[in-house]
Amino acid sequence: MTDAAAVARHADLTAATLDLAIAADHRDGVLDHLTVLLAASRLFMDFPLPDETEPAPVFRP
Amino acid sequence: MTGSLTAAEIAAAVRARQVTAGAIVTAALDRIAAGDGAVNAFTAVLADTARAHAARVDGILAGGGDPGPLAGVPFAVKNLFDVAGVVTVAGSRIHAERPPAARDATAVAALRRAGAVLVGALNMDEYAYGFSTENCHAGPTRNPHDRARIAGGSSGGAGAAVAAGFVPLALGTDTNGSIRVPAALCGVFGLKPTFGRVSRAGVVPLAWSLDHVGPLARSVRDLALAFDALQGPDATDPVCTERGPEPCAPELGRPLDGLRLAVAGDHFARLATADALGALDRVRIALGVTREVVIPEARRARAAAMVVTACEGAAYHLDDLRARARDFDPMTRDRFLAGALLPAALYTRAQRFRAWYRARVLEVFRDVDVVLAPATPYPAPAIGAPRTTTVGGVEVLTRAHLGVFTQPLSFIGLPVLAVPAAGAGPLPLGVQLVAAPFQERALFRVAARLEADGVVAAPVAR
Repeated sequence: MTDAAAVARHADLTAATLDLAIAADHRDGVLDHLTVLLAASRLFMDFPLPDETEPAPVFRP
Repeated sequence: MTGSLTAAEIAAAVRARQVTAGAIVTAALDRIAAGDGAVNAFTAVLADTARAHAARVDGILAGGGDPGPLAGVPFAVKNLFDVAGVVTVAGSRIHAERPPAARDATAVAALRRAGAVLVGALNMDEYAYGFSTENCHAGPTRNPHDRARIAGGSSGGAGAAVAAGFVPLALGTDTNGSIRVPAALCGVFGLKPTFGRVSRAGVVPLAWSLDHVGPLARSVRDLALAFDALQGPDATDPVCTERGPEPCAPELGRPLDGLRLAVAGDHFARLATADALGALDRVRIALGVTREVVIPEARRARAAAMVVTACEGAAYHLDDLRARARDFDPMTRDRFLAGALLPAALYTRAQRFRAWYRARVLEVFRDVDVVLAPATPYPAPAIGAPRTTTVGGVEVLTRAHLGVFTQPLSFIGLPVLAVPAAGAGPLPLGVQLVAAPFQERALFRVAARLEADGVVAAPVAR
């Protein structure tokens, strides 16, 4: 998700789903940080992992 | 009495009854009263309880008892540690409305059991989400070496209080570098232990799967004495190890024979100033290190750490983000809100990448015991510095980039000891000593050698 309009659409829909009202004067800052995080995530989302790799945290009953 | 005495010197003098804990604590309170107006390290000074605890230490000694290895040592804690009877504000306006803590955090209680005397709570980035301690509620903490500059963060008050000589010892937390960055920028020693080695019970979290507790001090021995008092199992922290303590103070002075040392290349040699890399080089040369190793995919690890932190931090604060986002510090609010909007697939992938990366890095540590890396890419930026800066010809986020070398290491819980290494200019810099999980003793051996040889030092800032 690199397109600014797509990031904004995602932010608005997800915020609504979470019942998270983002004030108009906070929105640009939130979108800036979301864009930074999404760009960073490409570094590991595009990295191939073996199927057997499980998430790091282990629940111990 | 100056603030240059180490914790070890204070404890020895108090235990020998050459000075009272009361006199030591009064001197610390006087230093704070005289000097903290210009530094802003403290958000609360607990003078009455400190004097009462000091009197208790003196009473134990008068009765022939042993108050512990840190007898009478004044210490202070980042204000996200619970202290009985004190509100745990965590750098925020929101938590400041909560009732006082009912009991001490496990780490605070451990230092008190060792005879140390808590004198106050310290400034930090709101909810530990930052590297600069430019807190909008409490004001910025100023670097004692140059008060126009940041102290680093998020344990900025801890770094500054120790560097200024207000206290010889402080407790911080480190999720992505929040002990190591302020230690480096303030020119003191800081230890981020192995994940789970020191209990986090009674500490307001930033990111559950990445948070660590550790000490900052002006000498390697003080850091070891504090860590030895802190380490060990705690059933009230679900990630705390069941391994018994492995004392590090007895390791100081042991020769480095048999330790395999290397310097980290690749990611850790890029996007840093010549000054930062020069500080690392001086430490490398002093230790005679010629070998280089590559921590694989460290850049991707840093990115994954950013996403895990954002997601977990937002999850913890979601109710307040919904109800009262305007009460957050603007420096953290927009980032927490952005974290709440990240898809679950990113978080899960980041945690899977973490498992893969951990396995690869542990392979590196089969052939090496201690790896050297820079702590920060540059010395302390100015308070209020522009959002971006250019380093190595690349524009980076001034504050976020301070964690470029710390985040890939804390992401998989490796123990790291940050040592203060003078830069070419007047500002301090730091070098990270990194080991495999639970190998803190090797780190202390190397740090003690560097300190004994005069390569690293943490004099009180003047």
